[in-house]
Amino acid sequence: MTQQETPAGAVVVPRSVSTTDRFGILSRSTLLRHTLLALIGFGLFLALVEVMSDIHLSVWVTPIAYTVCAAAGLTVLVGLTGQISLGNGAFMMVGAYTVALLLEHWQSSHGNLQLIPVLLAAAAVSALFGLVVGLAAARLRGPYLAGATLAFAIGLPQIVNYSHLANTLGGNNGISVTPPNPPSSFDLYQWQAILCGISAIVILWVLANITKSRLGRSMRAVRDDEIAASLCGLSVARVQVFAFIVSAACAGVGGGLLALVRLVAGPGAFGLALSLSLLAAVVFGGLGSLAGAVYGSILVIMLPLWSDDVSSALSIHSGKVTNNLPLLVYGVVLALAMLVFPGGLQGAVIKLRRLVVSAVRR
Amino acid sequence: MFRFLNLTLSGVSNGMIYAAVALALVLIWRATRIVNFAQGAMLMFTTFIAWDLSQQHNVNYWVCLIVAVVAGLILGGVTERLLVRPVENGPPLNAVIVTLGLFIFLQGLAGAIWGNAQAHSYPPAYSIIGYKVGDRTLLFAPNDLYIVIAVAVILVALYLMFNRTPVGLRMRASAFAPEVARLLGVGVGRLLTVGWALAAGVGAVAGILAAGTQPGYVAPTGYFDALLVYGFTAAVLGGLDSSVGAVVGGLLLGVLLSYGDGYIDNNIEGIYALLILIGVLMIRPSGLFARRSVRRV
Repeated sequence: MTQQETPAGAVVVPRSVSTTDRFGILSRSTLLRHTLLALIGFGLFLALVEVMSDIHLSVWVTPIAYTVCAAAGLTVLVGLTGQISLGNGAFMMVGAYTVALLLEHWQSSHGNLQLIPVLLAAAAVSALFGLVVGLAAARLRGPYLAGATLAFAIGLPQIVNYSHLANTLGGNNGISVTPPNPPSSFDLYQWQAILCGISAIVILWVLANITKSRLGRSMRAVRDDEIAASLCGLSVARVQVFAFIVSAACAGVGGGLLALVRLVAGPGAFGLALSLSLLAAVVFGGLGSLAGAVYGSILVIMLPLWSDDVSSALSIHSGKVTNNLPLLVYGVVLALAMLVFPGGLQGAVIKLRRLVVSAVRR
Repeated sequence: MFRFLNLTLSGVSNGMIYAAVALALVLIWRATRIVNFAQGAMLMFTTFIAWDLSQQHNVNYWVCLIVAVVAGLILGGVTERLLVRPVENGPPLNAVIVTLGLFIFLQGLAGAIWGNAQAHSYPPAYSIIGYKVGDRTLLFAPNDLYIVIAVAVILVALYLMFNRTPVGLRMRASAFAPEVARLLGVGVGRLLTVGWALAAGVGAVAGILAAGTQPGYVAPTGYFDALLVYGFTAAVLGGLDSSVGAVVGGLLLGVLLSYGDGYIDNNIEGIYALLILIGVLMIRPSGLFARRSVRRV
């Protein structure tokens, strides 16, 4: 890239013309580029659903897809805005109960189309919780915020046992969810995978556009230096609350999908362990990276499945060890990620790409 | 009225346990400005070690207590050296995530060794049958008295250590002004390790005391997660910076939770703690007893 000296002595860096024009309008319109990527992703996803067996769809693809929804929201909050949340599992619970209660009380003849407003409502109700938590969170920093969201993650699931709500929310057993029958051209597992996959792609598309927009830049500014950001005229608190709302809404959709797939909304699935595994996912993938959130979600869903294979390969016959292997790995991943590879997997991918590109250019 | 008295008494003995956890958090916060989110898992782990000795090998209560404290000291020291030292001066988020990593790891390790299938019970040191006033039974038993005395002894010992012994003074110096302390020949790094060890030791006592209060508390997850939240809430109530504040915060929290249990609903203690924590953080973020402080810009 060449630099030109202007008469006044200021250095002007011209936009690199070659890369701008190589892909025409796609390089200039972020929205169009993301939409195209989302459509390609959707096509690939449909192909994946077509070729995979039902068991793999229900054990791998569907759980990964609904985890991606929540993890992508969390990575925007933690990675881009610099606010930690240990409570996104609780937001997922809000989404799950919203879906369960709506399907229970709202008889509709629209079949699966009903799920669109239902999932949007899950996002909206969770976003409302996110607003409340975010308003509190915007005044808190670092460990205080972590502690408050930890209390949220442990406290909120107990609401199902509150005597005045126990009937509505079903206590520790939760309430059953009855989704509409799948359309006739798909079987149940394909339909669940497609539902979760579409939602994940839509969420990734929305978040990708947010992160590349003015708002995304504001978030990074707030993360890197709050004082500088507010001196530039940004309302730090507003950006932080917005990030919490977005993150909670995504978690709400993820939780709603989880309830639709498991056919039950109960407190057991949404404990602290879920919140911490989401955090492990985004740290492992690389904080702030949407692609990283996808890799991280793959890890947290596949790890428990792999641990069976690993323990039989290592001839460990103790069920206790097998069941806890994923936890041991999450713990090591979280600690090591901060100590050794703070960029996570996506950081490694970027480094690798740079190496390859420079090698090719040479 | 009698009910009120009973709820208060039961709140006091629980509150002393929260206070001990809060003390462990405060000790570390003062030295390194890190909240040790692994504290709940650390005291779960040391309590499990003691449980294993006591229930599987019939070892005496006091021997188990000492073993747990020693295990805590080692665990705390090793944690500081291996995990915390590298992130000590980094962004606060990194330290939080590292301690959470240890938290999950210890839960996994305890599950792998002792299993998640059932929650175990730990024998209390003394009788849990309440004292009698006339023909009515107080919700305060010899074991509760023991808890109150044990935590009070810890508090006094820490006070004496920090105010009367050279080690304590050096620890305060290295927390207050690490650079100056280092110039004056204080081994700041080593004292941080000692501080973490000490805190984990206090946590270990808290774990044993808590485990004896109710059956079914010794499990990899469950009560000890909540205990961490209660300890943190108590510490924040007291301002995170003062050990007396931690004890007062613990007592206050214990009593408030007890009233919530007794007068509103006894299934949603976690929600009371959440509301109290958020309330304090909103109204007086520096705690009920802290002097007004300024945030460095």
